[in-house]
Amino acid sequence: MARVIVEVMLKPEILDPQGQAIARALPRLGFSGVSAVRQGKRFEIELDGPADEAALSDVRKMAETLLANTVIEDYAVRVEG
Amino acid sequence: MSAARVGVVTFPGTLDDQDAARAVRHAGGEPVPLWHADTDLKGVDAVFLPGGFSYGDYLRCGAISRFAPLMEQLIPAARAGLPVLGTCNGFQILCEAHLLPGALVKNAGLHYICRDQRLRIESADTPWTADYTAGQEVVIPIKHGEGRYVADAATLAAVEANGQVVVRYLGNPNGSLNDIAGIRNEAGNVVGLMPHPEHAVEELTGGPGTDGLGFFTSILKSSLEKLVNA
Repeated sequence: MARVIVEVMLKPEILDPQGQAIARALPRLGFSGVSAVRQGKRFEIELDGPADEAALSDVRKMAETLLANTVIEDYAVRVEG
Repeated sequence: MSAARVGVVTFPGTLDDQDAARAVRHAGGEPVPLWHADTDLKGVDAVFLPGGFSYGDYLRCGAISRFAPLMEQLIPAARAGLPVLGTCNGFQILCEAHLLPGALVKNAGLHYICRDQRLRIESADTPWTADYTAGQEVVIPIKHGEGRYVADAATLAAVEANGQVVVRYLGNPNGSLNDIAGIRNEAGNVVGLMPHPEHAVEELTGGPGTDGLGFFTSILKSSLEKLVNA
């Protein structure tokens, strides 16, 4: 049993208007000193077995085919714990 | 001679399939309902992927629909030359399926936009736009929250250089790169656009007019020509 985290972010060159809206809201709420916000997605993948290289390779395939659209997004895979 | 048969695909969450079928019929064709779980394209001459929120737009617009059983049939057929038009969510699905380059992301202003939109037809060189002339200005409704066309610089340059831009916004509503409202694949048989030609096919239903009808008359003509030349 293992948990693998996949984080998906818009590529740096893709405008993120949601992140910008959050960044604009923060000063109004009294939070200063924030220069930028980018918003992404986090997937928690529970595996039946251990997070060995075969399982991680499968997770990367999942990220590549479904979790991320690699035309506009980057992804990162890591094992939690 | 029988009328051209245009498949109209319905996914769970599709909204515009009835309007699309009606537009096909209005133009003189025979709409053929296709269900997302079908594994048979029913021998149609062309396929229309309508707008809506297929699979609730979960994950990303079009991301789940791309793997529907029907799409497993449609993707190779489109690569082999079957004419396919995707409007709005249909355009998003075609990009997710990598039948068209680039992607559609949240509008720059974050607002959902619903309005009559002025557009310029850039290419009449597709089976879906042959009844227009390049440079023609039309008004067709848009209604989307995620219609900002993006692609990396190399892809965008190639799309422009190959003349793959089919429709451009006059007054960019959503921040799309190069004012792009619709594109085609390199072969020209697959076209995607955010505006909704199926909502602009008759005066009776209001809207901005009948500027969208050309997409339907174009595909019927090109399907018939194929039959005659076969």
